[in-house]
Amino acid sequence: MIRQRKSIFQDVDWIMLLLYLVMVVLGWLNIYAAVYNEEHKSILDTTQRYGHQMLFIGGAFVIAFIILFIDGNLFATFAYPLYGVVMFACVAVIFLSHDISGSRSWFSFGSFGLQPAEFGKFATAMVLAKYLSSMNIRMQDLSTKLVSAAIIVLPMLIIIAERETGSAIVYAAFVFVLYREGLSGNFLLLGFFATVLLVLALIFDKIILVSILGGVAALFLLLIRRTRKNVMIITLAFLISSALVFGANFAFNHLAKHQQVRIKVLLGMEDNPESKKKEGYNVYQSQVAIGSGGFAGKGFLQGTQTKYDYVPEQSTDFIFCTVGEEWGFLGSTFVLLLFLALIWRIIFVAERQRSTFSRIYGYGVASILFFHLTVNVGMTIGLAPVIGIPLPFFSYGGSSLWSFTILLFIFIRLDSDRLQVLR
Amino acid sequence: MDTGSAYSDRKYIIAIIVAAVVVIFISRLFYIQLIDQSYKITADNQAFRYETEYAARGNIFDRNGKRLVYNQAAFDLMVIPSQVKEIDTMEFCNALGIDAETFVRRMEKAKKEGRMRESVFEKEISVENSLRIQEKLFDFPGFFLQARTLRKYPMSVAAHILGYVGEVSPDIVDTSKYYRMGDYIGISGLEKSYERQLRGVRGTRIMMVDVHNQPKGSYMNGAYDTLAVAGNDLYSTLDLDLQLYAEQLLKNKLGSVVAIEPSTGEVLVMATSPSYDPNLLVGSVRSQNYAMLERDTMNPLFNRAMMAYYPPGSTFKIVESLIGQQEGIVVPGTLHPCAGGYPPMGGKPGCHHHPSPLNLTQAIQMSCNSYFSYVFHDIIENRRKYSNTYEAFQAWRNYALSFGIGKKLDSDIPGVLKGSLPTIEYYDRVFGKGSWHASTVISLGIGQAELGITPLQNANIACIIANKGYYYNPHFVKYVGNSRIIDPRWEKKNYTLVTDTSYYNTVIEGMNDVTSAGGTAFASRIPGIDFCGKTGTAQNPHGDNHSVFIAFAPKDHPKIAIAVLIENAGQGAWWAAPIASLIIEKYLKGYIEGPFRQDMEKKMLESDLVHTSRNVKHTRVF
Repeated sequence: MIRQRKSIFQDVDWIMLLLYLVMVVLGWLNIYAAVYNEEHKSILDTTQRYGHQMLFIGGAFVIAFIILFIDGNLFATFAYPLYGVVMFACVAVIFLSHDISGSRSWFSFGSFGLQPAEFGKFATAMVLAKYLSSMNIRMQDLSTKLVSAAIIVLPMLIIIAERETGSAIVYAAFVFVLYREGLSGNFLLLGFFATVLLVLALIFDKIILVSILGGVAALFLLLIRRTRKNVMIITLAFLISSALVFGANFAFNHLAKHQQVRIKVLLGMEDNPESKKKEGYNVYQSQVAIGSGGFAGKGFLQGTQTKYDYVPEQSTDFIFCTVGEEWGFLGSTFVLLLFLALIWRIIFVAERQRSTFSRIYGYGVASILFFHLTVNVGMTIGLAPVIGIPLPFFSYGGSSLWSFTILLFIFIRLDSDRLQVLR
Repeated sequence: MDTGSAYSDRKYIIAIIVAAVVVIFISRLFYIQLIDQSYKITADNQAFRYETEYAARGNIFDRNGKRLVYNQAAFDLMVIPSQVKEIDTMEFCNALGIDAETFVRRMEKAKKEGRMRESVFEKEISVENSLRIQEKLFDFPGFFLQARTLRKYPMSVAAHILGYVGEVSPDIVDTSKYYRMGDYIGISGLEKSYERQLRGVRGTRIMMVDVHNQPKGSYMNGAYDTLAVAGNDLYSTLDLDLQLYAEQLLKNKLGSVVAIEPSTGEVLVMATSPSYDPNLLVGSVRSQNYAMLERDTMNPLFNRAMMAYYPPGSTFKIVESLIGQQEGIVVPGTLHPCAGGYPPMGGKPGCHHHPSPLNLTQAIQMSCNSYFSYVFHDIIENRRKYSNTYEAFQAWRNYALSFGIGKKLDSDIPGVLKGSLPTIEYYDRVFGKGSWHASTVISLGIGQAELGITPLQNANIACIIANKGYYYNPHFVKYVGNSRIIDPRWEKKNYTLVTDTSYYNTVIEGMNDVTSAGGTAFASRIPGIDFCGKTGTAQNPHGDNHSVFIAFAPKDHPKIAIAVLIENAGQGAWWAAPIASLIIEKYLKGYIEGPFRQDMEKKMLESDLVHTSRNVKHTRVF
């Protein structure tokens, strides 16, 4: 029962569309406020970032239209070739680009740049969806796990080679997709446990920490049935944890100096006031900006900390500071709730798909947005280390806006076909 | 198998994880935006620059509208340590003319006062230098110039009266609601007593600055800014020309001159010597110069005119004669003998050579010690009126108080002292209760013993006689600002206990005779002006006697009352009387008339009693 679409907006999920529009416009207004220039008062002034962003938004709308126009079946069909092209571009950029503050990830076209890594996200999401929706694929199989891991890790490695570690870490978000598709919850728990252990290993003395771990292991051995298997598992867990503790310190000491200090600042281990001026400067200033917003904020264009450059990167990675400073607790909570609503809506919509490909892709979109939100906002309010990744739809920049638009609108397009086919 | 249904419950776990992160973030926002206020404070500290607009301090004019003090523009170089970036210290030091060590020391000091706060780096830079520095300031973020004003004394006159202005002390900052570190405040003289009126109200502008310390306009379009309100001008009672003249006459002498307009209590002149140039205590050189003046053994910071106590000597005999008349002890015709001293006590206190016996007017004219010892004795031993010495002494003491002796005169200048007038308790302590009588303290009657009065009080006594029985509180400021309203304090007549004007007439005749042929100050007569005076020779236990003279002129409708005291200069007629007469003539006529008077003026101006030997001092010039 194939129905002919009367318009490209037929069966489009208006809620996602509306949330998208609200976020993009709010983002634009906040970029305007963040880099507001007295001499260029018009938000439409294309010599300024807010003017640029307007053009980017226009471009994003065109892209969105095109996507809605494309036959939904093509995405699944061309998933692998697209992935191949994007990966190729990501490798090519390493050799073709100019070095921009240590990273080699930008294609430059005049004054505009394009970051292929940004487009790796939806390509990876599509390939993962394509692969996992294939016949006879079970998450429980080791081969499935390995292939899935390969699909995710390949772009990560390439992007790390571009020296964009932050963007690479984003791909870890796909673990949620795998989880949804049947990956054991233990992986999530182990990941969580390992993170906690890493943090503890940096804060506390490693000998004490290992002793405590040993104590916990001994307690387990005393309390549960000492079958051979249990003893094995507990001993193994203890050994791995201990290795992690020692490994954490080793790895930490081999990080770049500024990364070490960023982590120390985050963990509150750096009480040297000078670090507030240097490595910890961004984090401290962004919290000052947000904290000074108070309940209702200072008002549109009234922020001093962002507008007057106390917060670095205030229109890109630290755009949430402008929200916090000018719109206060009310505004920043509203923005967070917008994201929650969008992610929940994507999950809800994903679950209503009859097509496995569409559902998995939807989870990919939700996971990426969630990860960006967590790391970006977490960083501005001092809960996550400084990792330079944008806040979706808000941060200044064409590449990120377009890549998130493509990411989301492919899903909206797929969803609009939900009543037609079963792929 | 379709994972769509098999693991579909996992959507809840994922949704809950997302919600959990959002809730954690909102909680964190709640904490940093609503609970922890430190971020707000830091934000304001770094983005707001509170620019103080200092109010122009009021000018001070003399009674004829001539400028005594005005303001001169200057700049302070301020620094906010947290905003100072890596700068070329060498170039900065050269621009400012300081060495690297000084730079480091001042930066440390500024940091101690607060890294985010503005502190003074270099004080009181002249306009010319500030222009040069301003050009270079762009290269030195964290530094900026702040407009201030400095006091300027065009005629270098009346240093002690005008006082000086300095930076407010930390204790005042702690206790005051108004003053902040770096503010100026009047520290002495009129600058101190009229501080509130002179200072005006400081204004504050809140400027927003970016991370490079570049100003970005005023906060909320100036809604929270306050404008500076200039201080009020003071219209002083001083006569600039006369003050200057008096100071010139006092040059190279120790002493003071106080001249008051009797009909108002307005102080025309208060000069003390040695003095100093008030411009020395302005600006960055103040503390250094102050230390220098403080070390000076001549004590130029000391205002002898209202802080030094001298035995009133013969001028007190006038008061004594008034008390005696009021008490009915003497009438103009009363005669008392003198035998080179007070006969009842074997010639003590002693007296100089003159005819005997004398009546009251003659006694004043010749300043007879014996006569006034009789008068004092008779007052104290008047058993018809007073049952004992105590009662009589107390009555006598009250009379003296009513003449402003032993009493702090109500004035508008800080540091007025009350002088010394012994009490019953004092003599009881010295001589034992009940074991002292008129003869024990007889020298009080001739203005010696424990009596101590200031030149200001002396001039005030001259006013009382000129006014025949009352005085106005001597004051230095007519009115403040443009109000033209005279403080009621200055319009109140303070009556003495000697109420009958006829008693004063007797005294006035005697004082008039002093400047007439045969009088002690005849040499100081002023052609064409009938004036009244009284010479005094205040005995000085520490050295040579002080030369004292009080006078008022003209005799009828007096316009000026004056007291002059020259330390260690011998008799009143030698130095104090000529100087007083010159000041009177200058004030009433505007010039010194005739070769004799001009010669006197020249000698008075040129005489040096400080740096010369005793013999010269005691050579009578007139």
